[in-house]
Amino acid sequence: MKKFASLLLALCMLLSVFTVASADGVAADQIKIGMICIGDENEGYTANHINGLRQACAALGINEATQVIYKYNIPETEAAYEAAIDLAEQGCNIIFANSFGHESYVMLAASEYPEIEFCHATGTQAKDAGLENFHNYFTAIYEARYVSGVVAGLKLNQMIADGQITAEQAKMGYVGAFPFEEVKSGYTAFYLGARSVCPSVTMEVKFTNSWGDMALEKEAAEALIANNCVLISQHADTTGAPTACEAAGVPCVGYNISMIPAAPTTALVSSAANWGAYCTYAVKNVLEGTSFAPDWCYGYVDGAVYLTELNEAVVAPGTAEKVAEVEAALKNGTLHVFDTATFTVNGETVTSWNTCYGLDGIEMISDGYFHESEVRSAPYFGIDIDGISMVE
Amino acid sequence: MSAVKEPLFHVVKRDNSSFLRGMLVRLAAIVLGLIVCAVIIVLLTGMNPLNVYAALWDGAVGTSRRMWITLRDSAILLCIGFAVMPAFRMRFWNTGAEGQVLVGSLATAAVMIYGVNLPPWLLYTLCPLAGIAAGILWGIVPAFFKAHWNTNETLFTLMLNYIATQLVAYCIIFWEKPKGSNSVGLINMKGKIGWLPKVWNNDYILPIIIVVVMAVVLFIYMRYTKQGYEVSVVGESENTAHYAGINVRKVIIRTMAICGGIAGVAGYLLTAGVGHTISTGLAGGRGFTAIVVAWLGKLNPFAMMLVAFFLVFMQKGSIEIASQFNLNENASEILTGVLLFFILGCEFFINYRLEFRKAEKEEAIKA
Repeated sequence: MKKFASLLLALCMLLSVFTVASADGVAADQIKIGMICIGDENEGYTANHINGLRQACAALGINEATQVIYKYNIPETEAAYEAAIDLAEQGCNIIFANSFGHESYVMLAASEYPEIEFCHATGTQAKDAGLENFHNYFTAIYEARYVSGVVAGLKLNQMIADGQITAEQAKMGYVGAFPFEEVKSGYTAFYLGARSVCPSVTMEVKFTNSWGDMALEKEAAEALIANNCVLISQHADTTGAPTACEAAGVPCVGYNISMIPAAPTTALVSSAANWGAYCTYAVKNVLEGTSFAPDWCYGYVDGAVYLTELNEAVVAPGTAEKVAEVEAALKNGTLHVFDTATFTVNGETVTSWNTCYGLDGIEMISDGYFHESEVRSAPYFGIDIDGISMVE
Repeated sequence: MSAVKEPLFHVVKRDNSSFLRGMLVRLAAIVLGLIVCAVIIVLLTGMNPLNVYAALWDGAVGTSRRMWITLRDSAILLCIGFAVMPAFRMRFWNTGAEGQVLVGSLATAAVMIYGVNLPPWLLYTLCPLAGIAAGILWGIVPAFFKAHWNTNETLFTLMLNYIATQLVAYCIIFWEKPKGSNSVGLINMKGKIGWLPKVWNNDYILPIIIVVVMAVVLFIYMRYTKQGYEVSVVGESENTAHYAGINVRKVIIRTMAICGGIAGVAGYLLTAGVGHTISTGLAGGRGFTAIVVAWLGKLNPFAMMLVAFFLVFMQKGSIEIASQFNLNENASEILTGVLLFFILGCEFFINYRLEFRKAEKEEAIKA
């Protein structure tokens, strides 16, 4: 009898815990989701985010048409704050924002609406903000960029073997948005990927100082091509660079979305984030009423980054096999993108680095590699390595 | 058949256009414009135009917060309109409001950043003063050159915009977080130091009050003071002004100082009251939209209010039609363009009428 009573008591406790949890959560057909976008579906970076949220909706039984409110073309100004509070007042339970400069504004809104979860992609402040309802997320996109660099390197090898260029002429161009860690980490990973198969490669980087500007990105790519770059990649959001490459017949590696429609005869592949992994994780937690990580970052292992389809007409023979091999090595942890044995600064191997933005004093190099995105989701690899130069 | 063929119609100036008649014509123009927009919406998207209009309305003034934001942003745009209006009265083509606003914002931001530890009363005095001083500087430089060496003020003020943008870009290098990101973020987010305070528990009303007071003062200044009269005379004819003993140089410099100062106030409001940040895009082209506001409002502060409100209304509404119908901002720009076309076009019919060829009328009657 005593045993039965205690069992009953335990069951009651379990049930009460369960009911409390579900009281805090939201039903899947009741939840409302907001998303603040820097662009709209015509712009690859945002299109990719929207796809991610769509995946989450499909996986969790949420009706995107009636339960998701998008705010398109929201600049990185007070408009982001206004969009956030407007979504809050429309009854959203969770609000995503997708551009770096939205962060302070979304954080301000988060401090005013503690019952609503705010998730900001690419930001740096959530870890130390002390707000339970404000989260940063990012993907280990540098891993995918590294693999896309391998694809580029194999293409360069093919061009060298065909006699189109000499090994010394293997110079890549990179159209970057802003000169800070998110972009630096990306292009360094891309470069290291290329150099892992094509040792003589060098790279020039040109910044547009804008996340998405079709004309500027096209001009930057044209300038790099005029500067004898024989392959172009990008960390900027439009199809500007691939358009220039298609016109000039220069192979290119894209970002966010497949560039094959924009550059059918020159696009090799694109690195892309699968935001669906995070959106599903975050929304699921809101449905269940559980608190979730202030800072989230996953990579290949969790399917959060990937390469878009290889353009078989353009890539070098054997690329698919090599890509599979590198991806497997990244997944099982035998390969690290920022392996200190693979790069130098002023000719010297780097053995210690503890001055990352916002993470001063934390040693990032151990076990022979730089630990990117492990301490914080937003990239912090900001080392200028040999072989990469900036052009004005 | 006469030897000289009479044209199909004459344009005849109306002598007595009544206020009521003018308003009726304008109303008719807006209704016609809305009908044309409706046709465009149906033809291009197949959507019910009434739903689209409802969404526009909803997005701009549908909730009390949206209404306040629309009103506040109208006030800011109007304020920048005031920064070009006195100059236009003087026939001084100030295309530099964008830059004058930016340096005002920049000076305000600098005081907010470096003066974070100052006593509040001092900080709240210094911020607007710095903004206004920077605006005045950006306004009087081209005025001085115009007054003394008759330089082209359109080009001069336009070029100063680029210098202002570059100056802001340069200063951002010291303030951005993290380095290279080009993003300063919210200045003094902790404690909201230097931020424009709430009034009656309302975040939006203070800039509106400031701009409305400015409108009244400016109206009185332009219409009832000697200085305002001098501006009009210089605008009508510099020679007349000389004969009347007006110091034209002084009027040009003084008026542009006022314009720059008003732009500086707008810059202050943008940084301390709206965006709480500084970026090269902070003015966001409003320095040029303000020119449209000034001319559409016929340089009358109260008419300019309506124009500023209309433009901001359409812009805010566009966010909602994008959300609800996936119509991006280009759609709302088309609608704004069509409506403006009708509103501008109707001014012609208010001031002029068409007189058709008599013969044709008679023939028509015979037939």
